[in-house]
Amino acid sequence: MTDAPLRTTVLHDDHVSLGARMVPFAGYDMPVQYAGVLAEARAVRTAAGIFDVSHMGRFAVDGGDARALLDWVHTADIGEAMPMGRARYGLLCNESGGILDDAIVYRLGEERFMIVANAANAAKVFAWLERWRNERFPNAALTDRTSEIAMIALQGPEATYIAGQIAGFDPEAVRPFNVVETEVMGAPTLIARTGYTGEDGVEIMPASAVASSLWRALTDAGAAPCGLGARDTLRLEAALLLHGSDMDETVNPIEAGLGRFVRLERDFCGAEAVRAAAENGTPRVLAGFRTAERGPAPRAHHRILINEADVGEVTSGSYSPYLDTNIGLGYLPREASEPGSPISVDVRGRQIPAQIVALPFYKRSR
Amino acid sequence: MPVPEDRRYSREHEWALPEPDGLILVGITDFAQHELGDVVYVDLPRPGDRVTQNAQMGEVESVKAVSELFSPVSGEVAAVNEDVKNAPELLNESPHEKGWLIRVKPDDPAELDSLLDAAAYTALTE
Repeated sequence: MTDAPLRTTVLHDDHVSLGARMVPFAGYDMPVQYAGVLAEARAVRTAAGIFDVSHMGRFAVDGGDARALLDWVHTADIGEAMPMGRARYGLLCNESGGILDDAIVYRLGEERFMIVANAANAAKVFAWLERWRNERFPNAALTDRTSEIAMIALQGPEATYIAGQIAGFDPEAVRPFNVVETEVMGAPTLIARTGYTGEDGVEIMPASAVASSLWRALTDAGAAPCGLGARDTLRLEAALLLHGSDMDETVNPIEAGLGRFVRLERDFCGAEAVRAAAENGTPRVLAGFRTAERGPAPRAHHRILINEADVGEVTSGSYSPYLDTNIGLGYLPREASEPGSPISVDVRGRQIPAQIVALPFYKRSR
Repeated sequence: MPVPEDRRYSREHEWALPEPDGLILVGITDFAQHELGDVVYVDLPRPGDRVTQNAQMGEVESVKAVSELFSPVSGEVAAVNEDVKNAPELLNESPHEKGWLIRVKPDDPAELDSLLDAAAYTALTE
């Protein structure tokens, strides 16, 4: 494989001019931090931060078969019961129940939907949608709108207020996991009350032409620019899984602890396998742990030990500013996954004591 | 932050400051702490341990990455900065002063001559 040149989002020049440290991520040149991961995470927990998430895949699914196509590929109920303006989180599974991606589906109209996929999986998800459109749902039109629409996540306790000031957002009218079609700076824009930080907030999807002006207006209004580093720490504290780390095609939603996002009684791709996993239980399950002391942080691929025996692998790990200790996720035998169970993690040859804890690590007070 | 003129520098971004009592204070540079980002954990040798020039003496971990620490001089560790172990953010806030890492009794003080001076280190990081 040759190294393809990195793609850039429409906000790339803004990141560079703000002095962001840029790193390659999912084929894009993306900001990993501006002021620093801890300062950015603190801004999101206490005030507001903004993240450029334009690298994620945004696909319009329209037409008479749009609903049925999404209902088939997605584990949440995208059926008749899903009202206009609603957003639903769920998984896309292969025929064996393995997780292809996690994605939010937004219902914009009777036959108009948007699905947002992880950047690393965007091409795969689009091809997956095309395949089922061709095989079973010919009256669904698929449009990749990733480059014509930007995406800015505005997150934190002050996020909806700032969205109101800058984008006319009404938090009373648009409740969590809802979406509204509006106009911002004269351009058609979606504002969804969704996010990936554990805080209240919105994800704004403006036409790319106004994205830079909107970004500057949001920073001028007090939202701190935040990079992928803070995003990863915040999502881990909120126990929001990262596809490619905490779940992949070898794992089903039950093992990943995502059963609540699966409507088991429905017929969706992979349903049979997922139902079997739910009925029979799975030998391993994703669990969260925290270390007894700050110490060196467990990271992805470190081994999890119980009484010296290797029982599993860390999938995500980081220092948690909220808990001021290290936290992580990993797959464990189900019987060892109860909160309170002691484990240790092999961090570069040192056994670091830790304890299984209930998820999430962080839950905001309402 | 200017590169202090009073000490020498390794290519691995540690500094070494000779003190009046003949010991050498060791730390990481402002450039290094900036590259690392927020430091959350520091692993250092213990008093009495031996360190060797250009050999690993510990590690420093930021929120997102782990980096090795290399000793700029050879000798015996005379003291360790307990403050930085308890409050790793000192490395970010005061890398040249409060964030010092260890104090070394050098085998050969002339070893410092093999390190970069402030001008050469500044050139390395530009």
